Amino acid sequence: MKYTAHINIMPQKALLDPQGKAVTGSMKNIGLPEIENVRVGKHITLEIDAANEAAAKGKVDDACTKLLANLIMETYEFHLQPMN
Amino acid sequence: MKFGVVIFPGSNCDDDMLHVLGDTYSKPVTKLWHKDRDLQGCDFIVLPGGFSFGDYLRSGALARYSPIMEEVIDFAANGGFVMGVCNGFQILCESGLLPGALLRNENRLFQCENVHIKAEHANSRFTAHVPAGKALKIPIAHGEGRYHADAATLNAMNKNGQILYRYCNENGEVTPKANPNGSLENIAGVCNEAGNVFGMMPHPERAASEDLSNTDGRYIFDSLVYLGVIMEK
Repeated sequence: MKYTAHINIMPQKALLDPQGKAVTGSMKNIGLPEIENVRVGKHITLEIDAANEAAAKGKVDDACTKLLANLIMETYEFHLQPMN
Repeated sequence: MKFGVVIFPGSNCDDDMLHVLGDTYSKPVTKLWHKDRDLQGCDFIVLPGGFSFGDYLRSGALARYSPIMEEVIDFAANGGFVMGVCNGFQILCESGLLPGALLRNENRLFQCENVHIKAEHANSRFTAHVPAGKALKIPIAHGEGRYHADAATLNAMNKNGQILYRYCNENGEVTPKANPNGSLENIAGVCNEAGNVFGMMPHPERAASEDLSNTDGRYIFDSLVYLGVIMEK
C-alpha cells in the first residue's frame, strides 16, 4: 500500500523563532497589525510504500527522528493519506 | 600526528584549514572526501566550515549522513580526536557527537566580523595553550550559531567542564553585549564528555597568519598540534 505523508515541522514553542519574528514585523507593513506571533516551520511531503498504515507510520517516525526534524530544536507531526 | 580535513559538497574553509595545519605548522595533513570511508590513518579529523549540502533541511543535517561520518563517529567513539569549525560544529551536533544544537542567530543577521572569545579553563586538549583569561580575537561568519541545549544538558556540561570557549569583550569579560548570536551563556565552543570531540563557531584558521594581521587563532592550533606533547605529560 502506498501512502503520502504530510509532515509539519515547527520550531519548539519555548525557543525564539527569529524568522517568525521578522515575518510578524512585516504584517504591519501590509496593513495587518492584528496578526501576531507568526512562527515559521517546514511542510514536507513524501511517498512511502508499506504493508499497512501502522508500518508506514513507523517508517515516517523513523525518518523524522533521524533526519527530517531535530528534536533538540523542533517538533513534528504528520498524517498519512492512502494513494490510489 | 596526521590531520585529515573532510570535504563535503559546499565546504569552503577546507583550504584555509589545510594551509594552517600543513604550511604554518608543517604537519602532515590530507583531504578526505565525504563519500569515502577510509580515514587514511589520520589521528585527528577536522570538519571545516562552509555550507555543506547548501544548508538544506538544517545546517549540517545532510552531511551528518555522508558515508565518511559513520567512520568519524566510530573513530570518535574509540577516543579519536575530532574538531568541527562553524559548519563542522553544526555537523557534530547533528551527528550527536556533541550535545545541543545551533539555531538561527537571535538578531536574524548573518554575522561576519571579528569577535572575542576566551577559554573557560586550560584543562582540555583544545584549550591547553590558551593563556588564562586572554581574550582571543577570532572572526565568526555564520547565520546559525545560537548555541542551545536543554537546561539539564547545559547544567551537566558546565559541571563536566565541557564549555570550552565563551564570547567575551576585548577585556575578557563575558557580557550579553559581547554575545554575537544569542547563544546560551555566551557559548562559542564545547566538547563532549570524554573530551576528544570539540566544536566551535569562530574560525581560528582565519586568524593564524601575520598576512591577515591576526594570529590569535594560533593559541588554539598550538593546543591541537602539541596535543601529543600535552598527553605525554
